Amino acid sequence: MSDLAKKQDLSAVEYTDISIGNENAKPFLTQLKGFWVTFAMMFRKVNTVQYPEVKEPTAARFHGRHQLNRHPDGLEKCIGCELCAWACPADAILVEGGHNTDELRYSPGERFGAVYQINYLRCIFCGLCIEACPTRALTMTNEYELADDDRAKLIFEKSDLLAPLQPGMIEAPHPYYPGTDDQDYYHGKVKSSHPSQQNNGQVK
Amino acid sequence: MTTVDSGRTESAMTPKAPVEQINLIIDGFEVTVPKGTLVIRAAEQLGIQIPRFCDHPLLAPVGACRQCLVDIEINGRAFPKPQASCTIPVENGMIVKTQLTSEVAQKAQEGVMELLLVNHPLDCPVCDKGGECPLQNQAMSTGQSESRFEGTKRTFEKPVNISSQVLLDRERCILCARCTRFSEEIAGDAFIALNERGALQQVGIYEKDPFESYFSGNTVQICPVGALTGSAYRFRSRPFDLVSTPSVCEHCASGCSLRTDVRRNKTLRRLAGDDSNVNEEWNCDKGRWAFQYTMAKDRIANPLIRENGQLREASWPEALAAAAAGLKGKRTGVLVGGRSTVEDAYGYAKFARVALNTNDIDFRSRPHSQEETDFLAAHVVGSKVNYQDIDTADHVVLVGFEPEEESPIIFLRIRKQVTRRSLEVTAITPYQSRGFKKLNANAVLTAPGQEAAALNGLSLTNKSMIISGERLAESAGGLSAVVQLANKSGAKIAWVPRRAGERGAIEVGAIGNLLPGGRPVSDATARVDLAAAWGVDSLPAEIGKSADQILVAANAGQLEALVIGGVDPFDMQQPSVNALEKTFIVSLEMRPSAITEFADVIFPIAAVTEKSGSFMSWAGTSRSFEKAAPDADHRSDAYVLSILSDAMGTPINLTGSKAAAKEIAAVGSWDGARATFTATQSKNLHEGVILATWRHLLDNGSLQANEPNLAGTARKNLARVSAKLANELGVKNGDLVTVSTDRGSLALPIEVSEILDGVIWLPRNGVGAESLRILGALNGDGVKVRKGI
Repeated sequence: MSDLAKKQDLSAVEYTDISIGNENAKPFLTQLKGFWVTFAMMFRKVNTVQYPEVKEPTAARFHGRHQLNRHPDGLEKCIGCELCAWACPADAILVEGGHNTDELRYSPGERFGAVYQINYLRCIFCGLCIEACPTRALTMTNEYELADDDRAKLIFEKSDLLAPLQPGMIEAPHPYYPGTDDQDYYHGKVKSSHPSQQNNGQVK
Repeated sequence: MTTVDSGRTESAMTPKAPVEQINLIIDGFEVTVPKGTLVIRAAEQLGIQIPRFCDHPLLAPVGACRQCLVDIEINGRAFPKPQASCTIPVENGMIVKTQLTSEVAQKAQEGVMELLLVNHPLDCPVCDKGGECPLQNQAMSTGQSESRFEGTKRTFEKPVNISSQVLLDRERCILCARCTRFSEEIAGDAFIALNERGALQQVGIYEKDPFESYFSGNTVQICPVGALTGSAYRFRSRPFDLVSTPSVCEHCASGCSLRTDVRRNKTLRRLAGDDSNVNEEWNCDKGRWAFQYTMAKDRIANPLIRENGQLREASWPEALAAAAAGLKGKRTGVLVGGRSTVEDAYGYAKFARVALNTNDIDFRSRPHSQEETDFLAAHVVGSKVNYQDIDTADHVVLVGFEPEEESPIIFLRIRKQVTRRSLEVTAITPYQSRGFKKLNANAVLTAPGQEAAALNGLSLTNKSMIISGERLAESAGGLSAVVQLANKSGAKIAWVPRRAGERGAIEVGAIGNLLPGGRPVSDATARVDLAAAWGVDSLPAEIGKSADQILVAANAGQLEALVIGGVDPFDMQQPSVNALEKTFIVSLEMRPSAITEFADVIFPIAAVTEKSGSFMSWAGTSRSFEKAAPDADHRSDAYVLSILSDAMGTPINLTGSKAAAKEIAAVGSWDGARATFTATQSKNLHEGVILATWRHLLDNGSLQANEPNLAGTARKNLARVSAKLANELGVKNGDLVTVSTDRGSLALPIEVSEILDGVIWLPRNGVGAESLRILGALNGDGVKVRKGI
């Protein structure tokens, strides 16, 4: 019998140490010590949280639901490059690029993410997509409440993932901040929106 | 042109005298290659990859990018500096050290890469080439990991449309000149060139001549960076999204091998495949960019039946029952159309004989003649020529055929031989088109209809080749003269139809005088042979009608029903709408067509991307392909016909393309006597102005639907006349003339061209200039021409 076969030969293993008999019963005092641990716990501070009535903040860098960020004037940062989808080990992300035009501008530059889906049935929250994103468009929030009663609802669309509008932001599509171009956005020169960008640049 | 043949093109050439072999050492390994091989190619044979951008095996060496620098020593004498391995042919006693063994070569390559990257933007995330980019890959393999560049990169406004379908991002260009070299050397369309010098050097177009080349897509494919991209594919996907399937082009009879890239069942792009025996690595823009029709929104999804004059959706069993009831026992004709795969055409051929008990079947949805029918049976079916025959020919005669417009890969093949060894080309044509000029063709200007006389005036040898197009059928006596000339000289005959399915349709008997495998209908033994193979008692013996005759017979009430697959009746000369209204029509179609409003039952069928099958190229070579869109639920024509025949109680038992292919192979080809061909006399010229017409490559064809970018590079619709005729009409370039016949009239701007006096040339199916549909006139017909509208 080879060494490997010997190792696998289960008949050679002795099971005596997990026998259920009473030979190894602990002395009374040892048992009492055990009960004392339990009893003492009753006076400690309770760790249990009454979720969902009470919610504790997560660790600061907890990997939660994704978010598609915006430039300070509300244009989307996502350029539809699909690098997140490429990096994803679970094939959870689907992106399709689209053309920005002067009439319909979603992001600075030529390209934007026309379709953006993350499938939370597949996502393993590893964060490789975040590392891959060249524009910091994709980041992770701390939101962890990702359960639902329908599989289809767990495929998040771009509208579900886009960051909420902060004060000073205008929903895309809209034109560039007056007098700027895509480079200015990347150099952080655009700090807020301009009234002329409202209603996609159309005067009401 | 280069005198160097790389290994892969060598196989396509004629057997020559044995080439001297050269021994050299690359990175310590000895290798023996034919004289004239480039060092970079010799290294490939050892599996040593030297990085490169400008080098392309089918283009002349140029040494533009300097990325392939290696250390070379010949008989103990070393070159003082690293040399570009893509321009240096091997020599005996050469010792080459690539980046793998020489630090000098490695440092030189890294230096070149660093310089290339100085001005190359880091916009890979928005670049279509990202993920399949030679620059990206080679920057990783031979570049430095850190950039030392701190300046500001050169930027240009982007992108520039150098044509409606090719976009140029000038800052990405690394000036390898592949695109300009391709356009000049291969396509002969020198519309793009490198302008300016130094850091500002860039690819540009001439202001007056846009990049209107039929081969512009190849420049996108061979661009080693993302400088040239296709408008239709821009931002559509990444290589990892795509599932690639080798496929075959359905647009013409050239038989190009393609690669179809599909993302989630949607065809996103098609690239030229690599087949040195056919298209080498090139294809035309139609083959590359015309595929939206397969995903058109108006694709027919479910069977339709006509009820109280209105079409309504029906279930398959209901539609099959309706079609079977309408066809059973009726005298029926079958129009196949030239778009079917070989397997589908076989389905129609078998369906006509077994289920409909008739030989009234024709694949020719275009002008045709009895002379052509006989010619096909006697000289085309079972024949085999190939692209290599062009390579070895001493003289190519083109008659009724404009290769650039009607079969672009034949054009490229001929042009290659013209530029390489000054192949003599004679074009029998009324109009010396740009395509003929690029072939340096000796144009025998001949009035349409008089081709026979011009052919009789030629003398050829047994190494010559006569390439006749399908249009020669419109010239009475033309094909007879081709046969006569070939018999006299021993020259090879090649017949080139325009549509991909025609050559195969002949082979599988989708024509009235032939059964599958080239069996003549008139031959009783051939009929018995096939009846035995099909397991039926007998086959109809009467020679079938041609497509024109089928429509006439339907009009006269001799035919009560028609089965029509992908035919536009207005592609034929005199379609009678009356005929279509009277008969019971079963239509197999992808999208609504001219037939739809007359059809009684319509079955949806699969596009080429949704089925497997094969086309037969003009050369008689089978070009098979697999299904590219995996989840498509449309079925092939052969399958639909098979279940229809089941419903009629006369099964043809073809469960799909694969089964049909198997059966075609089992039925085999006829080894008995071929049909004989009797010559036809040519006719006299018409009075007045004679019409000459053919189709542009890009026109109003139904397979080019929904392709605005592609349509942007179509030729302008112009009427072409000689200077003399223009004078007589009192018009100059750009003036409108009206061309009219009894049926209709068409106004087009004029262009004075090298064309025979007394002839006017019109595009046959231009968008808005569908001269065949509007005028109903063919080549050689007389038309009236007047100035103005």
